[in-house]
Amino acid sequence: MAVSTTTIHHQKINEISSIRRYATGVIEILVAVFIYLAFTAKMASDTLTTFVMTPGGLDVGKMADLIVPTRITLIILSVFCLIIAGIQLIKGFGKLTNLMVGLVFLAFIFGFLSWQAAGKSLNLAGMLSSSVLLAVPITLGAFSGILCERAGVVNIAIEGMMLMAAMVSALMGSITHSIWLGLLFGIISALLLALLHGVLSIKYKINQIISGTVINIFSTGITAFISQKYLQVFQQLNNPPMFTRFEIPLLSKIPLIGPILFNTNFFVYLMFIILIILQIALFSTRWGLRMRSVGEHPKAADTLGINVIKTRYMAVLLGGLVAGIAGSFYILGSVGRFDEGMTAGKGFIGLAAMILGNYNPIGALGAGMLFGFADSLGSKLSLLGSVIPSTLMSTAPYLITMIVLAGFVGKGHVPAADGEPYNKE
Amino acid sequence: MAPILQLKGITKQFPGILANDHIDLTLGKGEILALLGENGAGKTTLMNILYGLYQPDEGEILVNGEKVTIHSPTDAITSGIGMVHQHFMLIPVFTVTENVMLGSEPVKAGDFLDRKKTAQKINEISKQYNLEVNPDDYVKDLPVGVQQRVEIIKLLYRNAEILIFDEPTAVLTPQEADELFNIMRELTKQGKSIIFITHKLREVLEISNRIMVIRRGKVVGEADPKTADNKKLAEMMVGREVNLVVEKDIKKPGDVVLSVEDLVVADQFKNLVIDHISLDVHAGQILGVAGVQGNGQTELVEVVTGLHKAVSGKIAFKGKDITNCSPRVITEAGTAHVPEDRQADGLVLPFTVAENLVLCSYYQEPYAHGVVLQYDKILENAEKMIKDFDIRTPSPFVSVGTLSGGNQQKVIIARELSRPIELLVASQPTRGLDVGSIEYIHKRIVQKRDEGCAVLLISPELDEIIELSDRIAVMFRGKIIATVNADEVSKETLGLLMAGIIPEKGEIASKTEKVVEATF
Amino acid sequence: MKNNKNDKQDLGKVILNEITGEDPKSPKKKKSFWKKIEIPFLAIITGLLIGGILIGATSQSVYAGFAVSIWSGFAALGKEIGTAYFSLFTGSLGNPVTIIQALQSGNATDIRFALNPLLESLVKSTPYIFAGLACALAFRAGLFNIGVEGQLFIGAAAATYVGYAIKGLPSYIHMPLAILAGAAAGALWAIVPGLLKAWTGGHEVINCIMMNYIAYRLTTYLLTGPMTRPGGGGMPLSPMIEKSAYIPQFFQSPIRFHLGFFIALAFAVLVWWILFKTTWGLNLRTVGTNPRAAKYAGLNITKTIIVGMAMSGALAGLAGANEILAVNHSMAIGLSSGYGFDSIALALLGNSHPFGVVLAALLFGVLKNGATRMMVVSSIPIDIVTIIQALILIFIAAPAIIRAIFHLRSSKEDTAIVTLSSWGGGK
Repeated sequence: MAVSTTTIHHQKINEISSIRRYATGVIEILVAVFIYLAFTAKMASDTLTTFVMTPGGLDVGKMADLIVPTRITLIILSVFCLIIAGIQLIKGFGKLTNLMVGLVFLAFIFGFLSWQAAGKSLNLAGMLSSSVLLAVPITLGAFSGILCERAGVVNIAIEGMMLMAAMVSALMGSITHSIWLGLLFGIISALLLALLHGVLSIKYKINQIISGTVINIFSTGITAFISQKYLQVFQQLNNPPMFTRFEIPLLSKIPLIGPILFNTNFFVYLMFIILIILQIALFSTRWGLRMRSVGEHPKAADTLGINVIKTRYMAVLLGGLVAGIAGSFYILGSVGRFDEGMTAGKGFIGLAAMILGNYNPIGALGAGMLFGFADSLGSKLSLLGSVIPSTLMSTAPYLITMIVLAGFVGKGHVPAADGEPYNKE
Repeated sequence: MAPILQLKGITKQFPGILANDHIDLTLGKGEILALLGENGAGKTTLMNILYGLYQPDEGEILVNGEKVTIHSPTDAITSGIGMVHQHFMLIPVFTVTENVMLGSEPVKAGDFLDRKKTAQKINEISKQYNLEVNPDDYVKDLPVGVQQRVEIIKLLYRNAEILIFDEPTAVLTPQEADELFNIMRELTKQGKSIIFITHKLREVLEISNRIMVIRRGKVVGEADPKTADNKKLAEMMVGREVNLVVEKDIKKPGDVVLSVEDLVVADQFKNLVIDHISLDVHAGQILGVAGVQGNGQTELVEVVTGLHKAVSGKIAFKGKDITNCSPRVITEAGTAHVPEDRQADGLVLPFTVAENLVLCSYYQEPYAHGVVLQYDKILENAEKMIKDFDIRTPSPFVSVGTLSGGNQQKVIIARELSRPIELLVASQPTRGLDVGSIEYIHKRIVQKRDEGCAVLLISPELDEIIELSDRIAVMFRGKIIATVNADEVSKETLGLLMAGIIPEKGEIASKTEKVVEATF
Repeated sequence: MKNNKNDKQDLGKVILNEITGEDPKSPKKKKSFWKKIEIPFLAIITGLLIGGILIGATSQSVYAGFAVSIWSGFAALGKEIGTAYFSLFTGSLGNPVTIIQALQSGNATDIRFALNPLLESLVKSTPYIFAGLACALAFRAGLFNIGVEGQLFIGAAAATYVGYAIKGLPSYIHMPLAILAGAAAGALWAIVPGLLKAWTGGHEVINCIMMNYIAYRLTTYLLTGPMTRPGGGGMPLSPMIEKSAYIPQFFQSPIRFHLGFFIALAFAVLVWWILFKTTWGLNLRTVGTNPRAAKYAGLNITKTIIVGMAMSGALAGLAGANEILAVNHSMAIGLSSGYGFDSIALALLGNSHPFGVVLAALLFGVLKNGATRMMVVSSIPIDIVTIIQALILIFIAAPAIIRAIFHLRSSKEDTAIVTLSSWGGGK
């Protein structure tokens, strides 16, 4: 039992961070130099980059294309980074440092895109639109993680739950020819796995990471088994109906934003609905207060008459429900057919998004969007015929996950009892 | 009128020990009953039964003359029983309001929290009982004394009539403790009844109406605080005659062994926890660092032993700069460290006693040739230590986690004191131990000092500091606010210093007659 | 603690004591042999049983049988499961009849062919031994190396490259060099999450998983790009390695039994020796069991974590190198079939003890080898093995379930070896 030291006047030691300040500045200079040297080299001054601002195949909410002179844009971006780096080195930005790093990062991405699409046209809106779609399973995975871990149960089985839900959605959706039944059975299958995780980690108190790993193994095995035994043999069993694009009146007419957010897939809307519910429920309701108390200090919650075990089961099951929706998205909202291992680690990236989002639904959405963008960037660039091979480009989401985690972990507040089984004595 | 609470023949058996053996207890309305006993005497078990955390094997509980069954804390709350736990049951990242309302939250529109209503009620309670607190503060930002107030408000919010205080003064300064006693008196005046669990005799005599002494799970007697005296209570508690004072010669201190100069330390969140402190420890001297827990003592120990990095300042051992050296370098220079939390830091519980006895030296000759461990030598060492330090263990092969707390601490003491050392850093070396082990460990530390070793002793137990130290430094909010000779200062003065109040000049030396009123 | 005074004990007993972590001289009452293996044994049996039910439940002939009558349904079920497991075990251990006939005939070739299924199981076990050791060693150091899969891929790629790119070396230099390259590459790949954990506190589980995906895509890139087979038509396939880099096989084709199996056994002994007889091992185990006490005792935690991950990664790399140099002789993208996850199962099944891991790996080798045969005979997807492994793992991890099923008395000695920290940078 360590006794935490009461903070003394919240006096912060600032001199420690000076190294960090200079390092940040130097990195920003490097980015500026890199943009200039690598991107503007051999770039004719009359090259133009065209950014299409309406996703392909849409008539509603059109916006004019954005055409920029490539070389000048890149030089401006480089100078912009240089200015930020200069101020960073001389004065420092204090609290705004992270924001500025973000801006430099954005400038880099924009420069990279302008360079890649030099002399060609790039559908920026389409890219953002697909970022949102690619963010759906990651964000939902993060929500699932938040539900479990806010109550103190580490859940790395989200990946397995998603995979299982995907397979079951494909199978049951095909058999019943019903989207809704496909979704329902997908969710039920994920719930069953969540129940297993609950029993193993809450009742039998086995290490939660091991429990999650076991479920992932099990899920990989059983989905591959059934896929080979049935889905690949009988194609009609792997041909479920899909949700189509649903246009929200008026809102979908807003240029750029409309087509991306308000004329899209059912699951995107569902994600936002879950976001709002979760955000409010977690912080403004009795349910949320009790759940968080169980994740922070289960014994305290117990002494106040809160049933820790029940609360944790409920949290894990709700997490399974959300993971089930995420898995069904692959089948009913995105791909339309089950392939082995199709979730490709998105459940784990969801966990990273949860950590990056500081265990807050809104933060998780932001992080999910970032990872979705990275994913979409990779696939878009391979279409453009980039010099970087597409197999290497496809490592981007994983690399970015690692980099972002390395920079962020330990800075936020982790639920104090996360991962610890509760012993009632 | 029936007494508000009555326990009849409560018995609780744990594997290996009879924690409570047919305990009878009666509590009258408006009474403060002190439950006195050593660590491990069964007080906490009894109270956990009363609070529904454990189920008794036998016996019954009567509230207001009616039999009640308490299966959970909820049942206890419904019966009007509330408990202020030794380790606060508060959630640091929640506000006062959220902590108080948790479990019985007022809601509106279905399930939405009505924070305003709770805050209002908190304000009412704090006015009625004089418990000042701001409902919107986060608990993590509050001083320990205020956190305790929040705990009390939690009970009053639930209309508790019987309040159990489990070792409530462990984390308080003497002044804060006095304040708590005032609150307790105020509560009883307004009709609440209190059970006060402690092992501190002074407090028992000061606050309680009646004293009940428990030893090894049995009630061994009752006493009236007006007539009882320290020595008699101590003997009842321990079951034999106790030597309350450590025998210790006056010694002239030798050269400076450890010198700390202008040290600044920040915690992992970059909060300043040690604020420009300096101190010297001489050979053959015990320097006690007094202070309420959490005023930087833990960090001081960690920085001196190399576990935590200093921001600035200098630490020298025998004139050699060891600032921010690794723990291994500092250990090999000839220092020993008895850590504050023996189970978390000092031992690897699943490892055997023999392995734990060489935890700091297994990589050296004779325990290893090159990288190959020499288990026969390790075993030889273990057998010697077990004999020399009287470690009660069935064999050197059992895992150290199966030993009792006192024997676990002896393993650490044996390992640390048996090496040739010139500096011993001992942090709360007797925390949670029984009197026998305390006496033994005190003797060993004094013996080491007599051999010429410099000792830096950290303890929140003022009595321990006063008994053992030659010089005393008082830490408050990361600063050393006074350093005095142990025989020139009164307990009251130290108490004031621990609360951050620096007495007028001359006062420190004036109250010498009241020194060392030995209690534990 | 192991007391190695010169007691002459029967080797089997010593190994058993090692695996169950019991000290032969401890005054505690010794557990009977059965007590020691009852949980793993029953877990395996139960796993196979439930696997059988799954086989039955997905079989048309069983449903057809039940359509006729309950009895013919059960008959069909029994037949289906019986055929499946019979083909599994004859496929992996050999057909007793054939073996006896071959032995009677005395024809060396016949004997070899009759024993081939068994030898092939040992071949299949070899990567499992390496991978399981990798995971077990990491567990002992408190690390959850879920990245064995990625380290294996990278190790295999490095061994392949050294195997085909360097020409003209004598075998006794080339083969060890290729093996070493595999180990080194695996170690390097594992050091990354190790460093991230030590420096930033990022949990190794997420980072390892990310490294797995990156490794997979990187090898795809390598095998279609820089390392592709000339004239391979852009298929993800490497050139054949030089003969001098082969880990020798003992018999003629198609019997693939090779020296790698014995190298794996040697590594099991080496890992055991390091873990339990050296200061390095005690360092690792101290950090793994109680990092705070390790810090207090003066250990360099960062260094220990990195060394632990590197050793674990090297073993994983060896698993990959072994497959290339001894069995496949070239690298294709479908190299690994989930060794990464399997290694966790192996480490848990073997109680994170090197000798236990060897036994578990032999079991998995048998299952996997037999499943290939089963797939041919009963057209049951090979993934049934993964499912059975997951089931066994559940029962091993939660012995209480097995006790409940078989009404066994509970034991107080269920102590988990794995001690893992939570996500957010609990350094």
